[in-house]
Amino acid sequence: MDRIPILRMGDCLLVTIQVDMHDHLALALQDDLTSKIHASGAKGVLIDISALEIVDSFMGRMIANISAMASILDARTIVVGMRPAVAITLVELGLELPGVQTALDVERGMQLLRSSIDRSRANAR
Amino acid sequence: MTSGIEVGARTIRAHQDELLKTWLGQLQAPDAADRRSTAAEVEREAGDFLRLLSDCAVADGADVGGESWAPLRAFLDDFSRRRVAKGYSAELTATFIFSFKQALFELFQRRLAADPAAVAEQMWAWTKLVDSLGLHTVSTFQKSREAVIARQQADLLELSTPVIKLWEGVLALPMIGTLDSSRTQIVMETLLQRIVDTGSSVAILDITGVPTVDTLVAQHLMKTVTAIRLMGADCIISGIRPQIAQTIVHLGIDLTGITTKANLADALASAMQRTSGASPSA
Repeated sequence: MDRIPILRMGDCLLVTIQVDMHDHLALALQDDLTSKIHASGAKGVLIDISALEIVDSFMGRMIANISAMASILDARTIVVGMRPAVAITLVELGLELPGVQTALDVERGMQLLRSSIDRSRANAR
Repeated sequence: MTSGIEVGARTIRAHQDELLKTWLGQLQAPDAADRRSTAAEVEREAGDFLRLLSDCAVADGADVGGESWAPLRAFLDDFSRRRVAKGYSAELTATFIFSFKQALFELFQRRLAADPAAVAEQMWAWTKLVDSLGLHTVSTFQKSREAVIARQQADLLELSTPVIKLWEGVLALPMIGTLDSSRTQIVMETLLQRIVDTGSSVAILDITGVPTVDTLVAQHLMKTVTAIRLMGADCIISGIRPQIAQTIVHLGIDLTGITTKANLADALASAMQRTSGASPSA
């Protein structure tokens, strides 16, 4: 079974969804990502869904769930590059993903993630 | 052919000029104050109608929907379209056709006076015929009017969704007129697409031109704001008039989590602060 690769960049994890998501793939991603965050102690997760064209309510919930799970494991999650059609679909489905942070593209998402991690480090000190 | 209108059709054909004269005499009277059509135009239209009517009536039976009546129907379609363009009411347009009955019956009474039974029979047959012609005209008139309205609506939709780039990374959308579902859908799609195209991180929805905000409009606004947030951009709603602020609170609409500003200038200042700030989340 194919899987979505999770790349490590310093203390951040980068997930780029380049294929059509189906339910099994999403569940596998959920498993992989949580264990990877746990293993690596990552402080931030960036999920790039710019190639994702079709979403349903399940997929919307998966995005929200993955983000919630990551934040329980103390990693900030940012979803980047959502297409207009996907955004409209999610809104029409009533999935407003309240806890999920978003950014326009990977660059801005990374910037947001960095500054947010730096801030929390500064606070911890 | 036993369609029951041949006697009348022959009479019309034989006395076409006389009939036209009587009819025009009646038509001119109510039309006198009307500048939209000249007397010559009305005369030409009446003449064409009469000529086509006598041609079609001779050719076939009394079924106006039939094949042989096609030329007359085409004339009536064209006629009602012209009347729509000139701004006539449906009533005036239909009166043109219905007024023909009076002239026609006078002709029957004069020319068929020898046979009262035939007059009655012809009157009935031709009443039905002229009525269906009149109804056809009215329905075409209605369709033409609806086409005009539909076109104007489409124009309005296109006009009402201009997405403006106010500053680097700042888009504005001044909304004018009532927000309904189809308009919001188009507004949302255009705005989201422009956000992707320009990579703007702030979008300002200006509702100065929205006359009323009710729960439905507010829901549409919230949907748009949520979709923008999901894409990773920020949204500011500006141009909220005092009455609208009152309405929103009275209706119990919850706008927490949405940045609102009184006018576009404030919204732009806030947007520029956000885009220039080191941290986009600030």
